[in-house]
Amino acid sequence: MNQPVPQHGLPTLTPTLLYLDDVTVSFDGFKALNGLSLAVDESEMRAIIGPNGAGKTTMMDVITGKTRPNSGTALFNGKHDLTKLDEAQIATLGIGRKFQTPTVFDMHSVEDNILLALKADRKPFAALFSRRTANEKERIDALLERIRLKDHRARKASELSHGQKQWLEIGMLLAQEPRVLLVDEPAAGMTDQETADTADLLREIAETRSVIVVEHDMVFVRDLGVKVTCLHEGSVLAEGTLDQVSADERVIEVYLGR
Amino acid sequence: MILRNIDRTGWIFLVCVVALGVLVPVLNLAVPAGSFFHIPDYLVPLIGKYLCFALLAISIDLIWGYAGILSLGHGAFFALGGYAMGMYLMRQIGPRGVYADPVLPDFMVFLNWKELPWFWQGFDMFWYAAIWVLLAPGLLAFVFGWFAFRSRVTGVYLSIITQAMTFALMLAFFRNDMGFGGNNGFTDFKDILGFNIQAGETRAVLFFLSAMSLAGGYLLCRWIVTSKLGKVLVAVRDAESRTRFIGYRVENYKLFVFTLSAMIAGIAGALYVPQVGIINPSEFTPANSIESVIWVAVGGRGTLVGAAIGALTVNAGKTWFTGVLPDMWLFALGGLFVLVTLFLPKGILGTINSGWEKTRRKFRSDGSVPSGVPDAAE
Repeated sequence: MNQPVPQHGLPTLTPTLLYLDDVTVSFDGFKALNGLSLAVDESEMRAIIGPNGAGKTTMMDVITGKTRPNSGTALFNGKHDLTKLDEAQIATLGIGRKFQTPTVFDMHSVEDNILLALKADRKPFAALFSRRTANEKERIDALLERIRLKDHRARKASELSHGQKQWLEIGMLLAQEPRVLLVDEPAAGMTDQETADTADLLREIAETRSVIVVEHDMVFVRDLGVKVTCLHEGSVLAEGTLDQVSADERVIEVYLGR
Repeated sequence: MILRNIDRTGWIFLVCVVALGVLVPVLNLAVPAGSFFHIPDYLVPLIGKYLCFALLAISIDLIWGYAGILSLGHGAFFALGGYAMGMYLMRQIGPRGVYADPVLPDFMVFLNWKELPWFWQGFDMFWYAAIWVLLAPGLLAFVFGWFAFRSRVTGVYLSIITQAMTFALMLAFFRNDMGFGGNNGFTDFKDILGFNIQAGETRAVLFFLSAMSLAGGYLLCRWIVTSKLGKVLVAVRDAESRTRFIGYRVENYKLFVFTLSAMIAGIAGALYVPQVGIINPSEFTPANSIESVIWVAVGGRGTLVGAAIGALTVNAGKTWFTGVLPDMWLFALGGLFVLVTLFLPKGILGTINSGWEKTRRKFRSDGSVPSGVPDAAE
């Protein structure tokens, strides 16, 4: 599973956790990603911005194994070639993904949603004979506390509000104990207060894990206060602090508007 | 461990099935024919047949109701289990066949075959046939599922290829040179394990075994759907890609339940054949598989008990209806399916359960639902 990749002086020595180099994905000639390169460090939070069709979601698809790139390198932790693994293997390595629209298991209780995501043996027979341990109960309790859904643990996930679902999904991500979290528009459809709380939560998570946030909401990105990468037409247009990026002529041209 | 997870509905169902399994044979054999409580001979194999259909329905509900795999070819697994049992019963006929060949079944003598084909070897032994009752449907489901689930064939496309699978098997079994009796299939059985298959006592035992298998099949499926694996299945059903991104190998989970479900269907088929006394390629017709899916929809998808209730009521209705208006049955079945889809989308049991849930909720101020088992599918 963990095929070592031939090293050409690449990131083993640097703290780079996620490394994309010259990644190209084309759908029927349309290049969704065009020589995209990106490096995210251990415990770094990175915000990705860019207009619609810039390739933000495709980038996440490549990292999580949903889409195979036509060319390029995608490495996790310097040794795992993400282009050779499937979604489940990548998730097990420690890359978690939150979708744009909250995707939780509607028919399950809030608690079961977390239980299913908890780091554990993912094989069918292990699941068949698994019994909830005291340790698992504790972890579920701690996570529910953190995402403020402790009082809703027995409710069906479908009954939660939009914001609560977003948080539940983040909680499920945390339950996997990933090293990288990919978060697609976490603030979409949230109230101002919820948005601010979400920024706090993500900052807290980023103390121990790497977080990549795709976001349109500039207020939210400013709230996060992290390094920003602006994508355009499948490659990196600018990178730096939000102030640097938003001062960039080309970024203003294609994204922010004059 | 298994009994812990059975709910009220499940207990009622189990008690009814076990009671039926004991009462019907007793009322048939021990009560004199003139009595009001006597169950006539013809009813025993008839109800026994319904019980086999109920087990088939439960196996379909396991994959459709819980994992979202709509198989329109489950009749094939049922029929394969039936054929494995049929091969054993054919070998038991021995020299009592029309052509009196001690080894070859009649249809082989008729086809001028000189010796028993290799795949018929060993079927004179019950244990060997019993293994194939599980193995034939299990292997087919495993190979089929391995390719289908790995290629991520889902939804309607999967349903269509399961349908194509059963259709292809039907055409194959219709051929005389396949060695399975062609369009006549197997019939004229004499003995099972040395007991006369026509005898009332044998039928009573077969009936009892069918009821026990139904109860056992329910217990097994119930244990699976209440385990963590069952929760993963529901997760796959409702949000397949989410489940993948959490790290579950969805195809392995589907393959496991699909294969298991096919084996349960095979057992149902194996119990069906000695009770109806015949198995032929018509069991593979796609219409049969579709009909079984309708039982599940009528009874309530994703409830297990509902699937069994659906199979029992629809088949009882079919027996009555085909007696009164034989030509109209298919219209009635189609109409029933339309009505259930429109007015009882959760099926008979799903509707009863949600009605019960609503009443209970009125008395719970926090509006919370007791955790545990996932609900019937929407």
